[in-house]
Amino acid sequence: MRGLRACALAAVFAAAMGTVVVKAQDLTVGLSSSVTSIDPHFHNLSPNTNVALHIFNPLILKDEHQRLMPGLATEWKAVDDTTWEFKLRQGVKFHDGSDFTADDVVATLKRIPWVPNSPSSFRIYTQGITSWEVLDPYTIRFKTAAPYPLLPLDASSFMIVPKKDEQAPTGDFNSGKAAIGTGPFRFVEFVPGDRIVLERNDAYWGPKPAWQRVTLKIIPNNSARVAALLAGDVQIIEQVPSIEYAKLKSNPDVVISQIVGNRLIYLAMDSFRDQSPFVTDKEGAVLPNNPLKDARVRRALSKAINRQAIVDRIMDGVALPAGGLLPEGFFGVSPKLKPEPFDPEGAKKLLTEAGYPNGFGLTIHGPNDRYLNDEKILQAIGPMFSRIGIDTKVDTKPWATYASQASAPTYAYSVMLFGWGADTGEVSSPLRSLIATPDKAAGMGGSNRGRYSNPKVDALLKTALETVDDAKRDKILQQATEVAIADQGIIPLQYQINVWATRKGYSYGARADEYTLAQSVQPAK
Amino acid sequence: MTAFIIRRLGQAVIVLLVMSLIVFVGVYLIGNPVEVLIAPDADQLERERAIVALGLDKPLWEQYLVFLHGALTGNLGNSFVFNIPALQLIMQRMPATLELAFAAALLAVGIGIPLGMYAGYRPEAPLSRAIMAGSILGFSLPTFWVGLVLIMVFAVDLGWLPSTGRGATATVLGIRTSLATRDGLAHIVLPALNLALFQLSLVIRLTRAGMRENLPMDYVKFARAKGLTVRRVLFVHVFKNILIPLVTVIGLELGSVIAFAVVTESIFAWPGMGKLIIDSINRLDRPVIVAYLLVVVAMFVVINLVVDILYSVLDPRVRLSDSQG
Repeated sequence: MRGLRACALAAVFAAAMGTVVVKAQDLTVGLSSSVTSIDPHFHNLSPNTNVALHIFNPLILKDEHQRLMPGLATEWKAVDDTTWEFKLRQGVKFHDGSDFTADDVVATLKRIPWVPNSPSSFRIYTQGITSWEVLDPYTIRFKTAAPYPLLPLDASSFMIVPKKDEQAPTGDFNSGKAAIGTGPFRFVEFVPGDRIVLERNDAYWGPKPAWQRVTLKIIPNNSARVAALLAGDVQIIEQVPSIEYAKLKSNPDVVISQIVGNRLIYLAMDSFRDQSPFVTDKEGAVLPNNPLKDARVRRALSKAINRQAIVDRIMDGVALPAGGLLPEGFFGVSPKLKPEPFDPEGAKKLLTEAGYPNGFGLTIHGPNDRYLNDEKILQAIGPMFSRIGIDTKVDTKPWATYASQASAPTYAYSVMLFGWGADTGEVSSPLRSLIATPDKAAGMGGSNRGRYSNPKVDALLKTALETVDDAKRDKILQQATEVAIADQGIIPLQYQINVWATRKGYSYGARADEYTLAQSVQPAK
Repeated sequence: MTAFIIRRLGQAVIVLLVMSLIVFVGVYLIGNPVEVLIAPDADQLERERAIVALGLDKPLWEQYLVFLHGALTGNLGNSFVFNIPALQLIMQRMPATLELAFAAALLAVGIGIPLGMYAGYRPEAPLSRAIMAGSILGFSLPTFWVGLVLIMVFAVDLGWLPSTGRGATATVLGIRTSLATRDGLAHIVLPALNLALFQLSLVIRLTRAGMRENLPMDYVKFARAKGLTVRRVLFVHVFKNILIPLVTVIGLELGSVIAFAVVTESIFAWPGMGKLIIDSINRLDRPVIVAYLLVVVAMFVVINLVVDILYSVLDPRVRLSDSQG
């Protein structure tokens, strides 16, 4: 019995040493979040879109700085204020050999609103298109109800599927039967919760990927993901935890690539109610006149925060202090908006001016499992507020509870920490969702949880969203942001820096939109 | 015996019903899943449309009745996140967890019983003392930490074993399992070891206690007096007697290992049910949470039933209740 057991153990170890040999042309990627479906139209979730970008293409692609570049469409222009014309790429074949034509675009536009039970549909990107007209197999025109300058941005956000998949259920995509796209990789296998396996599409119309076989492994645990990189089980990981940053940077076997991302971490404030549940006097009784309605108080809070200290001590240097809604280089960003300098004396003066020389009581809320170091940031801000006379308590909750309570219709909190990733790569995204007065019918202020309202900003934004000329729109958006920040609609804290770590011998073109694309991983020569 | 089994099954149904009610209300109270699932740039209309699509606009009691209605036909609802039947999702992941639990149980029993028997047979030997000290470490060290240390030592520093994930699978007797391939076995060693540690310590201590209790007993003396070899006495007669408490504990532990191997599955990114449940709780995927807990309760009931029946087989002194004669 004993001898047999010893033999078995020895066999296991021997087997382990002779495991599957990884060929030089294979790549294994360590992803950090679970992918829920291969269907590119089912759930508007970053991990799902990340995988979809390997198998499918949108009409317009985005480069690392989220600038638009031709995808399945080679050119696009506004023929008039309410019509856009897209010229499609010729000679593109789907993975099953069929040709890509305008009919596939039409089938996609029909499928997106049809997908059943979608927890978050992609129709927000296609509802701007009221009708379409196929002029020839490679030219299509989209009509919009009003001037719609963001159509190309929307067109970069949904993937094109072949017309035979117009009514294909989500399950067919997950099993691979319908997972036919025009992308750089073909679908091989999807094991939910574990991995997605892809292989190179040799007939791809764009630059040929360097990898024959790609395995996207899902490793949500931060330490395990880093360990997998160090062990060589994966060659690239995303979402490098900031604690590991310094150690990995000094490791000779690891290469770091990073870029300032499009994600802003900010504090939203309840400037709507006369009495806000967590704004109290020093004894704990809710104040009859909400001080957060006064822009001077909001600005005082912003001045009290030492953003550089948070970046240095809590984020380990892997973030950028923020003064606006998006970092420099993005569309619509005003060069005049610098991070608010740390000025506790100035903050106290402003509070006194506003009528609160002794401050008041406050509880700030936030998630503890959603954004990098979210809880720690809040715990650092609490004492910073207390220093200027505002007795602050910090309360963090898991995202599931926190987000539900903070949003409509409950609006349970007064000062809240949130993040916003501008997927469109331009400032209209945060302006529209975070700053604009909530208006259900117009789709404005969907994430404006403080219900901040500034008619001047609303007017500027409305004009911007109807200005098709890029240069003009840029100026208007800059102006709108300046007005919003001057009135302190939200308190911007920092921009995330997106970090990837690869093994020596591999390099990654870091992306502002946080996507990890195998086609952008290159063997370093 | 039959009456006993039927009684037990009846009780099980009541437990399942109460469990489903508690979970339903509990998850409803935590929050709105749509907030967790929806894309941030979706507008309010999209949120409302998603709420209706997931059936969350109806009042709670109506949602529960819809669920019960479906449950009677075996349909426990579709996962909000994956949009496939919740039961199918769980069944998809179950083989991975069962594999892990089975491997862990095998390691725990296979290593634990011999070590425990030795420790009980020669309690003063230095090896025995080492084994007992080791067993204390086994159930005191947190699984999370041990798992990471195992990865660091065996995967990163020594490079002997892979650090994460489940290996390639092959079909054996109609079941897809990773135990049938070399790659699969290499991947399962560390997680199984991690998971087995707690059980291992328990088994060692229980076995030793059983040995210490049984060795001084009369029947052992008489058996030796009659001339039976030490080997036969230990491995046939005493062994059967120490199995009784062991079987209870292993049964209970097996149940909780299958149900809650969350920590090990999270660290090793093992695509099993434990990871599914924690992800579902974070995402408020109620159909999966309910379905999972129902499956787990059913499993515990079955395991306990089997354990009770095994008792009556192993120990002739035990009669299952009800039979008076």
